[in-house]
Amino acid sequence: MISKTSRKHKAMIRLNNIHKSYEMGSNSLHVLKGIDLQIEQGDFVSIMGSSGSGKSTLLNILGMLDTYDKGTYHLSGNLISNMSEKKAAKYRNDYVGFVFQSFNLISFKNAMENVALPLYYKGVPRKKRNQIALEYLEKLGLKEWANHMPNEMSGGQKQRVAIARALISQPKIILADEPTGALDTATSYEVMEILKEINASGITVIIVTHEHDIAAMTRQIIRLKDGRIHEIIRNGELKEFQKSYIHGLEIQTA
Amino acid sequence: MFDIDKWQEILATIKKNKMRTFLTGFSVAWGIFMLMILLGSGNGLSNGVAANFMNDAVNAMWIWNGETTIAYEGMKTGRPIRFQNQDQEIVSKVSGVGVSSGRYFMGNTRYSYGQESGEYTTITCQPALKDVENLTLNEGRFINQIDILQNRKVVVIGTDIKTALFKDSVALGEYVNVNMVPFQVVGICSEPGSTRNRNAYMPLSTAQMIFNGSNKIHNLALTINASTLEESQVIEEQIRSALGRQHKFDPKDEGAIGLYNKLENYIQTMKIFQAIKIFIWIIGIGTLIAGIVGVSNIMLIVVKERTKEIGIRKAIGASPSSVIGLILLESIMITTIAGYIGLVLGTGLMEMINYFMMQSAGPATERSETIFMNPTVDINIAIYSTLLLIVAGAIAGYIPAKRAASIKPIVALRDE
Repeated sequence: MISKTSRKHKAMIRLNNIHKSYEMGSNSLHVLKGIDLQIEQGDFVSIMGSSGSGKSTLLNILGMLDTYDKGTYHLSGNLISNMSEKKAAKYRNDYVGFVFQSFNLISFKNAMENVALPLYYKGVPRKKRNQIALEYLEKLGLKEWANHMPNEMSGGQKQRVAIARALISQPKIILADEPTGALDTATSYEVMEILKEINASGITVIIVTHEHDIAAMTRQIIRLKDGRIHEIIRNGELKEFQKSYIHGLEIQTA
Repeated sequence: MFDIDKWQEILATIKKNKMRTFLTGFSVAWGIFMLMILLGSGNGLSNGVAANFMNDAVNAMWIWNGETTIAYEGMKTGRPIRFQNQDQEIVSKVSGVGVSSGRYFMGNTRYSYGQESGEYTTITCQPALKDVENLTLNEGRFINQIDILQNRKVVVIGTDIKTALFKDSVALGEYVNVNMVPFQVVGICSEPGSTRNRNAYMPLSTAQMIFNGSNKIHNLALTINASTLEESQVIEEQIRSALGRQHKFDPKDEGAIGLYNKLENYIQTMKIFQAIKIFIWIIGIGTLIAGIVGVSNIMLIVVKERTKEIGIRKAIGASPSSVIGLILLESIMITTIAGYIGLVLGTGLMEMINYFMMQSAGPATERSETIFMNPTVDINIAIYSTLLLIVAGAIAGYIPAKRAASIKPIVALRDE
């Protein structure tokens, strides 16, 4: 799997034969059946698959929100296994920024406070973290909305706040679970543009999606099927893929 | 634990659910309020009764004569026992007996001064009686040992007698006629807790000489030095057997002499109050537990409602301990603040009752017998209650906090 070009980069994520099953009462559901995967620093990857293919589970394991049963997972060279909740929380805070389909903003905090929250858990003093939060909101064009509550904002704005929150702890990876799932097409493309820019700044971005046009905007597509990697589309093949799915975007951006 | 951000977080969540927080707090406030009312009332009752006991020395004992009810050494029952002066000496030699005084009552003695006269009870006694009955001297002095030795014709009169005979003029040093015999007034006294001060006191020796008492005494008043019920009962038995030897009656004969052991009574009464106090605490803590369960219940709902929020926090880096702290602190804050309000209201109410009771009761010297006095809770109880509240809050928050800490972010985030 390690190609000459990727060897230059540091492997950000290395999965080796990852298995995961869920106990559902008496029967167990084997969700991931041996995933081998390497994602380099600075990659822009989408994970696709039908529902039940294990894509969300994979993302949760990558984000240390869930544990795996078998195999090894190295994140930035560190083995992630059986860590305490406290350690997992620290790793999440240091390495990963999450973007969710349903935004998951805290409803009784305004945009700025929501963005600043990861820094609270890092122990950054209130004034400083609010100031940093404002900077990030400005980057995402939401400075005027800093004091608004989430329920006063549109879906796109909420997702941008969520992205600002994911970015504020300066993570190595952004994990986005259906980031455009709750948004209309135009807003979806805006969000994708933002994610592209983030990726351009060197942060690894991994999104889970089932929309082909969204996936076509990434630089690598991993297709899951029945808990295994079905295919990895990149470079030449990706061009084909993009051709068949991206015209929607071109119409929008033209 | 004490950083300002955490407090701001908690205040924000409390502000969001004002009604719920209020109702939660109310149950705790009510619990503490009731506890304070109960403790205050218990204290009031206990203080009142204790004050009534203080009308006489707590360790007072009275002995009076009777008739034998058990045949003893060949003598029939129904034989009257008569106390004489030497009986006092016998009793005072019993170990554990403090001061003692013999008494010889003269009912309806006629006291006259100038144009005024009246009939009062004369108690002839020895100096120790003042200590046994806790007499208060308003003016002058009580009977002393020199009066006894020299058979002085002196008298200490109750305030009512003074008012009746002397009106507003000075009584001290004046001579009153007692059954036509002049006695000099040396003191004016009153009995604590009594509204009637119609007794006069004169030296036993003088009275026996003048009023034909020879060496007879009617009863003995004494104090005993005992700190427990058992000790006082031992002294009681020793007194019975000592007098039994002198007057030849069975020490077990309850009828031969009468004996009232105030200490025994006092200790027993105080034991009852201790039991009442324990009972009050049990009820109070029971009420409080109901409050705690309420808080715990609400906090569980809070955690359930905030499952998703806690999941988000965890996803972006909140450690389990910070989540536990958040829930625990909120619980402690609600119970402590609400509890404090209850505490202040409860003690405030008791203080107010106390204030109005004081107002209506008038000055202490004129106060009649009361069974309710100073119904307040002391500062120690308030401090203990505060600690109790903090502990209660921690207990109430513990299970919800643990539940919150065990929330898995993925489960929480899936929960739409």
